[in-house]
Amino acid sequence: MIRRLLVADRGEIARRVFATCRLIGIETVAVYSDADVDAPHVAEADYAVRLPGETAAETYLRGDLIVAAARRTAADAIHPGYGFLAENAEFAAAVVDAGLTWVGPPPEVVAAMGSKIGAKARLAEAGVPMLPTWTDATEVAEFPVLVKASAGGGGRGLRIVHDPETLPGAIASARREAAAAFGDGTVFLERYVERARHVEVQIVADARGTVVPFGERECSIQRRHQKIVEETPSAAVTPELRERLCAAAVAASRAVGYVGAGTVEFLLAPDGEFYFLEMNTRLQVEHAVTECVTGFDLVRLQLLVAEGNPLPITTPPPMRGHAIEARLCAEDPAYAWLPSTGTLHRFDVPDVAGRFRPLTRPGLRLDAGVRDGAVVGVHYDSMFAKLVAWAPTRYEAARLLAAALTRARIHGVVTNRDLLVRILRHPSFRSGAIDTAFLDDHPEVFAPLLSSIDAVRVSCLAAALAGAAARRAAAPVLAGIPSGWRNVPATPQISLYDGPSGPVEVGYRLDRAGELARWWVRSIDPDELDIAGLGQPTVTDDHPPVTVVSATGERVVLNVDGTRLDFDVHRVEETSYVDSPEGSVRLTELPRFPEPATEVAEGSLVAPLPGAVGRVLVVPGQRVNAGELLMTLEAMKLEHPVHAPSSGVVSALPVSAGAQVDTGAVLAVLTPE
Amino acid sequence: MTVLSTAIDPRDQAYLENRGAMLARLAELDAALRGAREGGGEKHVTRHHARGKLLPRERIDLLVDRDSPFLELSPVAGWSTEFPVGAGVVTGIGVIEGVECVIIANDPTVRGGAVNPYSLKKTRRAGEIALANRLPLVNLVESGGADLPSPAEIFIPGGAVFRDLTRLSAARIPTISVVFGNATAAGAYVPGMSDYTIMVRNQAKVFLAGPPLVRMATGEITDDESLGGAAMHAATSGLADFLAEDERDGLRLARRCVRRLNWRKQGPPPRTTLPAPPKYDPEELLAVASADLRVPFDPREVLARILDGSEFDEFKPAYGPALVTGWGELHGYPVGVLANARGVLFSEEAQKAAQFIQLANTADTPLLFLQNTTGYMVGAEYEQRGIIKHGALMINAVSNSTVPHLTVNLGASYGAGNYGMCGRAYGPRFLFTWPNAKSAVMGPAQLAGVLSLVARQAAEAKGQPYDADADRAMRQTVEQQIESESAALFLSGRLYDDGVIDPRDTRTVLGIGLSAVHSGPVRGADGFGVFRM
Repeated sequence: MIRRLLVADRGEIARRVFATCRLIGIETVAVYSDADVDAPHVAEADYAVRLPGETAAETYLRGDLIVAAARRTAADAIHPGYGFLAENAEFAAAVVDAGLTWVGPPPEVVAAMGSKIGAKARLAEAGVPMLPTWTDATEVAEFPVLVKASAGGGGRGLRIVHDPETLPGAIASARREAAAAFGDGTVFLERYVERARHVEVQIVADARGTVVPFGERECSIQRRHQKIVEETPSAAVTPELRERLCAAAVAASRAVGYVGAGTVEFLLAPDGEFYFLEMNTRLQVEHAVTECVTGFDLVRLQLLVAEGNPLPITTPPPMRGHAIEARLCAEDPAYAWLPSTGTLHRFDVPDVAGRFRPLTRPGLRLDAGVRDGAVVGVHYDSMFAKLVAWAPTRYEAARLLAAALTRARIHGVVTNRDLLVRILRHPSFRSGAIDTAFLDDHPEVFAPLLSSIDAVRVSCLAAALAGAAARRAAAPVLAGIPSGWRNVPATPQISLYDGPSGPVEVGYRLDRAGELARWWVRSIDPDELDIAGLGQPTVTDDHPPVTVVSATGERVVLNVDGTRLDFDVHRVEETSYVDSPEGSVRLTELPRFPEPATEVAEGSLVAPLPGAVGRVLVVPGQRVNAGELLMTLEAMKLEHPVHAPSSGVVSALPVSAGAQVDTGAVLAVLTPE
Repeated sequence: MTVLSTAIDPRDQAYLENRGAMLARLAELDAALRGAREGGGEKHVTRHHARGKLLPRERIDLLVDRDSPFLELSPVAGWSTEFPVGAGVVTGIGVIEGVECVIIANDPTVRGGAVNPYSLKKTRRAGEIALANRLPLVNLVESGGADLPSPAEIFIPGGAVFRDLTRLSAARIPTISVVFGNATAAGAYVPGMSDYTIMVRNQAKVFLAGPPLVRMATGEITDDESLGGAAMHAATSGLADFLAEDERDGLRLARRCVRRLNWRKQGPPPRTTLPAPPKYDPEELLAVASADLRVPFDPREVLARILDGSEFDEFKPAYGPALVTGWGELHGYPVGVLANARGVLFSEEAQKAAQFIQLANTADTPLLFLQNTTGYMVGAEYEQRGIIKHGALMINAVSNSTVPHLTVNLGASYGAGNYGMCGRAYGPRFLFTWPNAKSAVMGPAQLAGVLSLVARQAAEAKGQPYDADADRAMRQTVEQQIESESAALFLSGRLYDDGVIDPRDTRTVLGIGLSAVHSGPVRGADGFGVFRM
């Protein structure tokens, strides 16, 4: 019997496991890095042990420290979560050797499945359908192929290669990334099926040989091979296909003597054939959708099985309704998925029915690893929350999830929220016509959610009016006098913002009764403001008529062309986050008295995000061609290439390999020829 | 505590007539203000902007706190004179870094910001307001000096501007100059006499004599920058305390100066920070004043639309009812109100006023005068009952009262009533006028009638026949002249008030004025002159 459980993970999964522990009476122990000292998972655990340092390698990947932490806190079991050491057989073995209960499959099973090449041979023997694979690049018979990290997961180290010429480079790059991420640079090659769907089967097995499939999940919506929208059941899976998928998954599990919760991933080809991809020997991020439709608490089942108990069921549970999960990540889809960092000033999803536990009735489930004010750093995964909608039908679930994401308040870091909403509302998604190339095939989903020009304009106006109201409320004198009152009105009040479509100027004048006497919002070029700070006049007659119903620093109610709209304005220093039924806009106020700008030399390449300089491939004075790789920047566990934007000579190279750089730091200066 | 009621009916014919008449006057005011705002006209404005320079109101908008109010003073100075409306300078009260300041900004698009007699009067009035109310003064300087057609009227009285500046400084009222362009010859003493001086690089020109005059005087050949450039003054002469990179930077530096003044108002703060607004729509103020000045109106209708919560506690309501006196609050500041109700001031009203003014002084309460008076009552009966004596009581009290006075002329301000009700000569801290108002020694018809009677008597005394046609023509001419010269815009153009205001802005303007007067101490008189009993 487990009395006290240590969770060797952070964020929402640690909170998820703790939630079940609290419900079934297990005491909890958290571990935390220095970066997570204020994280909610630390506060929620009964005990917490510090892992000194900030990087994953110093902290959450240190199995020895984690086992020591379990000993120190008298924990009798360790749950590995789903990241870091969850599929590390050595760690599993160390836990077992320390006399602790390991909440996961036996270490040898983890080891067997961790070596993908070896695992496949065993499963192929058991009759699980396989894609052709090669370990030697010269033997590849057909393209495209996928280069995969043998030890990996989560999409890291993956490369699609369409022709033999680029294969060696892709292998080298995948090896480096795999080595950095997993400490093992082994890669293999596999036939790449185009238009494939990603379908996986959740299984839970007990030590007595019972293996129960919990239905399939479809995770075809992926970015860079990482899942972002997952659902169950799959629109492509018929009852007959489900039966075959589940049978294959059960066969795979039995073949390796699996115990615990695991996922068998398949590639579903357009012709209905499916191929084994890999088996994840852990709980997965997307387990929540399965919990919704089956009603089973998978963490509870994991713990029961780990304690040696039989599974409470022996046959697949019925699936009720449809559940879709969206992963909210601090990254910018429109900018090559660049991870964004900063303070998450506000994160709130309205009308959530439950958190971290199976829902008892249809609605929204939110599993978040953060709370307001959390700092999203560079050290760990960019996913900070997942939102699940469970509804009787697929289209209802999609509608509910899209609406909830739209209404969510997410302030402070750039996220993929708009993309998620656009995916969920896309006709192809709605019809179920999805595959793993969905994002490549539908670039329109990358458009910001708030695309109506008037919606952006009116949001800018709301931000300006909120700013005015806040300034008036804080005025030390004459606070009761109408805002911006003039007996000889000349120029209106001006606010300048950097917004979603670049810098804008908001002009507004309120009359003696507080009514909007005049307003405009127009795009400006900050370098071409006239001396009064005004943009070049443009036609402004196309503005909808707007009246002010009320305005405070936090909330502005406008009547826009006969429709009343509420705008919540959350201001953090110079940044205003404007949320309305029309969507969310982030506006950064430009200074009224700009300081002389710090000049960046022409041709400078600046760091797009904070990180460490990886490889530097050029030297000062070197002539480079357009598109040539100059250096790499390692951040958020990914390698970002820095290419030459044009041909020229490297005239300055202020950084060297290993240097830590902030966003905007000059990496190299290129003098065009 | 009494909440005022109203008898105004927006469906009333008189309401519509009054409103129509007021809107017509407001249209004239708007036209005059437009003239002031347009400065030197489109050509000069465009050229000024093209040089990367700001208009005076643009400079002010950048100088004052965002979304804060700005009360322009004497905006139609020079109206109906040979000089441009606005007199080439913008003055007013604005809030800089939370500090109420008087701001004076030359308009270089109007004859290069040259000073004419009205600019001088307007500038000096702004300085007077700064001194009386203890408001820091910020000068935004760009003036080519005296306007050439009238140098004599500028040169000798103009010197007072510099004297005013240093006297402000001596009174510990900070003075700040930002020099955007010319400040030459005597003009150089504006930055010269200021506590803080900011000059804009490559724009400021501050010297006693320019290159041609220097060459004439001493034979030295030199240039503008050496004689008076911003960089020279910042690094060499020390006349500039701060060197601004451009106009915006200059205004930023001026704001920074004000932030560091460590300024504290000396008057009591408002009693409530969020006072209740009046219960009645200020829009109706357009129809309170009678279209026909001869028809008196109830000033309580005005008070009901400008006082906090429309609350007004009347003093001595049954005695001397032609003058309403009482207490209220305006934007949180307590005020004592004296308002004419039926034009004429009798002995009772004069005595009541004298008592009320003394009460306000004992309580350190500012006074608000709402003028609509045709003067003190005349006639044998009233003279015999001592109307002069009683009027003198009131004038004594007004003259020696030391609490701040604010005056608004709502309609008529005639004769000695103008004095007793704290007209311009009685030094109200602020005096504003509604567009319909008139002010003169007596009404046009009365004056013409008096002249006619006197002429007729003179003719009779000489035994000459009286020319009735000439008399009619004379009366018409006089009436027209008096009518136009007693009009609000005419008097405002000559700086006999601090501005003509839209009646709907009365509460706002008085609120700004009351807050300004509280920058200095608010203290009643220790004694008055001898009250003749």
